[in-house]
Amino acid sequence: MDKEKFIERVLFLLALSSISSLVIITIFIFVEGLPLIMHTGLKDFILSSHWAPTKGFFGIGAMIVSSLLVTLGAMVLGVPLGLACAIVLAEFSSERLRRLLKPTLELLAGIPSVVYGFLGVIWLVPLIRDHLGGPGLSLLAAAVILGIMILPTVISISIDALTAVPDVYRDGSIALGATEWQTVRRVALPAPSSGIITAVILGMGRAVGETMAVIMVAGNAIKLPASVLDPVRTLTSNIALELGYAAGRHREALFATGIVLFVIIMILNFSATLITRRR
Amino acid sequence: MQQHPGMRIDVQGGGSSAGIFAAQQGAANLGASSRELVAAEKKLHEIAIAWDGIAVIVHPSNPLGNLSLEQLRQLFQGKITDWRDLGLPPHAIDLITREEGSGTREAFEHMVMGKTEFTPSALVQDSNGAVREIVAGDPYSLGYISAGLVDERVKAVPIDGVLPTRENVKKQSYKLVRRFLLVSRIPPAGECKAFVDFILSPQGQGLLEAEGLVGVK
Repeated sequence: MDKEKFIERVLFLLALSSISSLVIITIFIFVEGLPLIMHTGLKDFILSSHWAPTKGFFGIGAMIVSSLLVTLGAMVLGVPLGLACAIVLAEFSSERLRRLLKPTLELLAGIPSVVYGFLGVIWLVPLIRDHLGGPGLSLLAAAVILGIMILPTVISISIDALTAVPDVYRDGSIALGATEWQTVRRVALPAPSSGIITAVILGMGRAVGETMAVIMVAGNAIKLPASVLDPVRTLTSNIALELGYAAGRHREALFATGIVLFVIIMILNFSATLITRRR
Repeated sequence: MQQHPGMRIDVQGGGSSAGIFAAQQGAANLGASSRELVAAEKKLHEIAIAWDGIAVIVHPSNPLGNLSLEQLRQLFQGKITDWRDLGLPPHAIDLITREEGSGTREAFEHMVMGKTEFTPSALVQDSNGAVREIVAGDPYSLGYISAGLVDERVKAVPIDGVLPTRENVKKQSYKLVRRFLLVSRIPPAGECKAFVDFILSPQGQGLLEAEGLVGVK
């Protein structure tokens, strides 16, 4: 066998091993979690909000809703900010400013989530408690922290999408008498809309999956929240909070929570792929 | 360690159930637990090494002077949700409990809740320290932690008129007292027995007392 072929084979095997770890993780989660869903019934597991695992009640309804609400809140706060930031960096700023700001924003992604959580507990939670009421540890606190955490994802993918728009589009628009803002709004933004939607969806995936920071600021109560100031427990928090001690059915229930999370993230990623492919 | 230079002790965290599990599996010579063994675990040898009170804590500015065991139960059942019901100015109570499976929670559940369930509205934190941190910052909160960890940033509330002081825990006149156990699959022998003997010796017990626990001797 010549050297070329050999290297190809080795690379192929390495590539395969990374995919197989995904397959193994998937199989593992389902093997561990499915028995409980069978035992409780999918309907009761997903729709009931009665979670008392050591007493035999496994309902994660409130947590699914909470996860979605926290994510939605993070999107409402993070997407406009991120998008505005991306537009400024891609359209209105000098090359020098962009060279300085973009790496700085990417550094934001490198801050460990426990640090975000810590800041949340020390600074944001007392702020909410003193000025808005409630215990401070809340849906709102989690949404704000997550909104900040998804910024790097949203910004860097949006910038890539915006800079991919050929300059002739912009030049054409300006030549036709449009102002710079009109050019951005009518030409530069719509052209890469699929790229921007992908940015939003990937940000969403990040928000759904974030655990540590959310555990620290969300309060983790099992109840359905009645307002944004109420404490909530997300799916990821539930797993991380209780896995250390769980045994038997309880442990299975946490893996089953993982299955639900897995399905949600899969749906998000698939839609991201579908939208990018449409281009 | 200075007196026993050749001895090696590996320590691992993870909670009471993890300690008991490791002892059952034989992965560890000794498992430490802050909860009582359940029926299925009774085959293990248990050695009580210390008493610990579970203190009910509030913010230092909170004037609450006493709670009955019944009031405490109703609080955590979600039947009392406002400070008004305890004779204080009206404000919602921010109730804090521990996560399912924690030794402190199990002991509290056993001694206070009986067969009833914790209210799902309670905030859940995953360590004594996190509960204390929240109570120290929130004037309207109420939670429970190991009595040894109460410091000046929080205030312990007397239960049925008794404060979780060292004497009251030792006399068991305080209602919420639990045991700290070491468990093992086989009766401790050799170095393992030496370690247990050390903990039960005046010096070892003194170390536990210095950490805020109450010795069994």
